[in-house]
Amino acid sequence: MARATANGEFERINMTGHVTKQERESGTEPWDIVIKPSGTISVGLTTAWKYRELIWMFFKRDFTTFYKQTVLGPVWYLIQPILTTITYYVVFGKIANLSTDGISPLVFYMSGTIIWNYFSACLTNNSETFSKNSNLFGKVYFPRLVVPLAVAMSGLVAFAIQFTLLLTISFVLWLSQDAIVISLRFVFATPLILLYVATLGVGMGLLVSALTVRYRDLVYAVGFVTQLWMYATPVVYAFSQVPERYQWFYYLNPMTTPVQVFRWALFDASPLPLSICLANVAATLIIIIGGLILFARAEATAMDTV
Amino acid sequence: MNDIVIHAENVSKHYRLGIINHGTLYRDLQSWWARLRNLPDPNASVSDYASDRQNKARLKNDIFHALDDVSFEISRGDIVGVIGRNGAGKSTLLKLMSRITRPTSGYIGIRGRIASLLEVGTGFHPELTGRENVYLNGAILGMTHSEVRTKFDEIVEFAEIGEFIDTPVKRYSSGMYVRLAFSVAAHLEPEILLVDEVLAVGDVNFQNKCMGRMREVTKAGRTIMFVSHNMTAVSSLCPRSILLSDGRVAAVGSTSDVIRAYLDRPELSGKIDFEIDPQDVDGKAVISRLSIRNEDGELAQTVELTKNFIVEMEYELREPLTGLSVGLQIMMEDGYSPIISLSDPELDVSRLDTRSPGYYRARVVIPAGLLNTGTFYLRAGISSRFSIYSVVEGIRFEVEDNVGIIQMLGQQRKPSISAIQLPWDVKMLYLRDSEGLLK
Repeated sequence: MARATANGEFERINMTGHVTKQERESGTEPWDIVIKPSGTISVGLTTAWKYRELIWMFFKRDFTTFYKQTVLGPVWYLIQPILTTITYYVVFGKIANLSTDGISPLVFYMSGTIIWNYFSACLTNNSETFSKNSNLFGKVYFPRLVVPLAVAMSGLVAFAIQFTLLLTISFVLWLSQDAIVISLRFVFATPLILLYVATLGVGMGLLVSALTVRYRDLVYAVGFVTQLWMYATPVVYAFSQVPERYQWFYYLNPMTTPVQVFRWALFDASPLPLSICLANVAATLIIIIGGLILFARAEATAMDTV
Repeated sequence: MNDIVIHAENVSKHYRLGIINHGTLYRDLQSWWARLRNLPDPNASVSDYASDRQNKARLKNDIFHALDDVSFEISRGDIVGVIGRNGAGKSTLLKLMSRITRPTSGYIGIRGRIASLLEVGTGFHPELTGRENVYLNGAILGMTHSEVRTKFDEIVEFAEIGEFIDTPVKRYSSGMYVRLAFSVAAHLEPEILLVDEVLAVGDVNFQNKCMGRMREVTKAGRTIMFVSHNMTAVSSLCPRSILLSDGRVAAVGSTSDVIRAYLDRPELSGKIDFEIDPQDVDGKAVISRLSIRNEDGELAQTVELTKNFIVEMEYELREPLTGLSVGLQIMMEDGYSPIISLSDPELDVSRLDTRSPGYYRARVVIPAGLLNTGTFYLRAGISSRFSIYSVVEGIRFEVEDNVGIIQMLGQQRKPSISAIQLPWDVKMLYLRDSEGLLK
């Protein structure tokens, strides 16, 4: 009986917040929130999950405002890949006469373009997370990771529309000529590829946005580096065309896998060596983990500098 | 029950000034190259803080102590005001507590759901309708979707938006916008609420409504920290207050005591004549002198109840400014303010004029008896509708009953703020004769 009272007493004291000095120093104080200089760097994925409604709201906001502010609305999502595909078709297909691995050039270029577009949207739209959102971040707290995740989700809308276009064109080509093969592997592969690209794009975006807090001028580099990166990736050419002595490079470029695997899954293009895929996955994991850590560190005091 | 929900222990926040924080890699390299050759850093900033005399004490080796070893505790259900002058560290404290940035040392422990209102309408998007913005803003402030849904009608009703709720907010008048924004915030139901002067919005009616709502919220037993310049609001809402001064806790206690400590500015007490070399201060407009004078124009610490007195202000404008007004506020020890007066009232056409740079003097005569006897504090400033350029405050003066008529009659001071003699008109209407008849 006395034991129970003692226990009850102990609990009550804890709830009313009488913290012993020892407890305070050992960091086990019963606070819900502890605001400390830096403490342990939590990458914030679990907290971001608690704020999933906010991610959804930001996603809806981005989508609705894009729709409301433009005359053509989501039609832009179609115009962009169509014009890009035509340009690539003329420049790389007709003028430079690059091989498309036996795939109909239209769908070859378009499949590369829409995967690349999704990656580049995740990267560039996240590169200025702190400065673009300083009004918001300076006034209210929520896990900052919410914003890059919402951006990655918004990019999926464009991808979905463009992917539908790609499937439609492929289907029409398939009806009209026998030269095209459509593999149903894409049903399973596409979600995995998107997850991979989103992870890589957000990871790069997090890295860059953590750096642009201090170095604003890096923002200018992001644009053209992304552009050059595209040419280092088999988007406008087929991996099979790369001379063997340069192939080591693609172990280092984690965008090789999604572009190539996407074409393999859809049009049965020649598969990529498994070793490259594994190296790419490893690079992506390193990038996302590094990005999360740097981002969490930048998040702590970014609002003092932006 | 001593139930602590906020515990701040030795919290400091330092900002580095100067070489850090150039914003570009190029300038970082430039500074590094200069240091390497022992040359002065081309990017060392001439800081705003450094040139401000009052802040020099807080600047040590290019490190500005925005908050310096601040500790306090707040119990459940407390409504605490945080007051202090501009730059005393109020906003920094609020930013730390709302997790916008981290402290340099020390820690703050918080128990319970916390929400902060540093601004109303955070994240409002002009293209979205009122309805969409309510949900978005609610989510940003930490409400769940279902919480917003259950309170939605209440929010719209409080904001007096009516059928415009499905109109994009870019079509709203600024009043409607602010009302909707505040309304969302007012329906937050956290256990701890941090509020920063957001009440200074909207028209007078809406402000009163907001104050009413704040009182309602406080009755619901929630813990509130209210940061404000508005002494009247603080003293009517908060039983207890914390005074911050130069980044430190200068006083804690009952609001009336803390406000007295705030108004009793040590460097000005006993001074009736504030003077500063304008070259020591940056700004587009600077008050260089503020004084209280008696009817004859002599400097005075004590003015007489039955005589007019003069408030005189000299100031410098450094560039052409539009929409300008100089103004004064007289405050009492409990923070209430009997007089606020502007040289150019808000709606006056003269506000549209552009004032040329130069030196100015403004004088205003305060009529005899307008203030009853007691201790008052003078605050004066130069402002436009959008910004405050210069403020001098804390000049203390006494109004005394020089003639002593009231004391002679053995009466106490009249229990009123004003003792102004109003122009009464008293006439006899009928004369009553000895038979009790009226003529």
